[in-house]
Amino acid sequence: MPEPLRGRGVVTGRASGPALVCTAPVSGWGGIDPRTGVIVESRHPQHGQSVAGTVLVLPGAKGSSGWSGQFHLAKLQGTAPVAVVFTRMNSKLALGLAVLRVPAVTGLAAATIRTGDMVDVDGTAGTVTIREKG
Amino acid sequence: VQLTDTDKRMLTGEQGPAVAAALELLVSYGELMGAERLIDTDNVCGANIFGPRHARVLGTTDPAALFSRFSLDLDSTVDVPAFRARSCQLIGPRDRDQWGLQGIAPDDAAAMDDSERYLAEKGVDLLSTCTPYQVGNVPRFGEHCAWMESSAVVYINAVLGARTNTEGRESSAASMLTGRTPYCGYHLDEHRRATHLIEVRHPVITTEDWNILGYWVGERVQDAVPVLTGPGLTDPAAAPTPVRLKQFGAAAASSGDIEMYHLPGVTPEARTVAEALGGRRPAAVSVFDAAARAETAESLCRTATDGDVDFVMIGCPHASLEQIREVARLVEGRRVADSTALWVFTPRALRTVAERSGYVTAIEKAGGRVLSDTCPAIGQFLPPGTRVFATDSAKQAHYLPAIMGVQGWFGSVRTCVTAALEGRWPDA
Repeated sequence: MPEPLRGRGVVTGRASGPALVCTAPVSGWGGIDPRTGVIVESRHPQHGQSVAGTVLVLPGAKGSSGWSGQFHLAKLQGTAPVAVVFTRMNSKLALGLAVLRVPAVTGLAAATIRTGDMVDVDGTAGTVTIREKG
Repeated sequence: VQLTDTDKRMLTGEQGPAVAAALELLVSYGELMGAERLIDTDNVCGANIFGPRHARVLGTTDPAALFSRFSLDLDSTVDVPAFRARSCQLIGPRDRDQWGLQGIAPDDAAAMDDSERYLAEKGVDLLSTCTPYQVGNVPRFGEHCAWMESSAVVYINAVLGARTNTEGRESSAASMLTGRTPYCGYHLDEHRRATHLIEVRHPVITTEDWNILGYWVGERVQDAVPVLTGPGLTDPAAAPTPVRLKQFGAAAASSGDIEMYHLPGVTPEARTVAEALGGRRPAAVSVFDAAARAETAESLCRTATDGDVDFVMIGCPHASLEQIREVARLVEGRRVADSTALWVFTPRALRTVAERSGYVTAIEKAGGRVLSDTCPAIGQFLPPGTRVFATDSAKQAHYLPAIMGVQGWFGSVRTCVTAALEGRWPDA
């Protein structure tokens, strides 16, 4: 196994999936379509890509206060990410994570993760392992 | 998170499963936010009227089930007692009276009435607007609140000096039930001080200018706290009215994540730039000049290519009386183009006054409509056949193209009304 990236776990548990690396903060309401998980914000650099089933790597959450509500809808429709790796915490992301209840890690050098890499997230140990380059 | 004895009793279910779930959610959310404790709040605004978008996912329109699953994040339906905190319903999915215009089926409208009645039984004030501060919910200076709605959050933090984080549906519902909120973020002095300096060199005078400045500041600063100063703000005609501050904050919270700002001489928490910065140097300085204004104005119309306008939307955040009056005067004695719809959105309480003032009649005689309780972005509706819309709001221009897949033009109320009368965007 490759050496894991070490950070700080903020929501415990383990999950694996293909990474979606967002290069700008993500909006919830008005940012993703909860029926498909697709990023719909027209100027977002990852516009048109889907968060569904991914390990969502993002700088943070932004925009409307409907962030948690939109990801909550996504969770109930099976289009939510399976884990979250983030840089900056704020109230939108904190509540979103409390509702999503998926493993989450912060404080690591996420720049080596590329979209499509298969990654393992361990929110208990605070690690992310790139199992297979995409 | 350190809990009081009262918190602990709520958590262990002394007041039933709904209150226990609410307190549990506040604890896990507070832990993620780094809160050391919870504090009392008696002013909570949330969004708990559920329409078909939520009902379809659960396969039920039962308001108790929808509240338990979506507002409390529970897997089953629980009994919910009357809310402990003073609570207010924000903007929702439909106009209580004119839902037919939105294309809503009667069964769905009846289900949303049930959802609303459920909240009324719990003691919620049904203000049903994104701007409760325009219709009687005006938090006092320093009051700890728990509000959703990014445009209202930035307004009460910056303009009124109240204290709230940007809550979501689940956390605001939890605060309604418990009267508690995590003590962190914008409840604390240290997070309310400015970190970024914005030097406004280009004159900012009209409401359109304030929309554009807000949109630019949000992009620049993202989630930091800006303090604004400079010669562009010193024109006596530029004094920001409540409407301009409403549009500015809404725009800044759309392109970015601004929840607090300082305008020394206008907003109450800092009289000078130095005071706003709390004696520290700004982490960054940005200059708003003619080029920044031009680029931002252009970017607000980035989705628009067709000059023919199908729909003109005024009132995001919900229009004030002066905004409705301006529309009424511009359309008086004229007709909206056959191919175009003109819809104005305002809080229900202000609509009543607008009716009495003759503004609603003037707008309706011209072929326009005045709606309340909702908006096209929140309710996800448009006049049939809309491909291109125009709006006086940077926030709506930001969100509606993403949510509804339409093209959007942005301009002043006057330009938008001209587009409605002529069926075409003037500069296209």
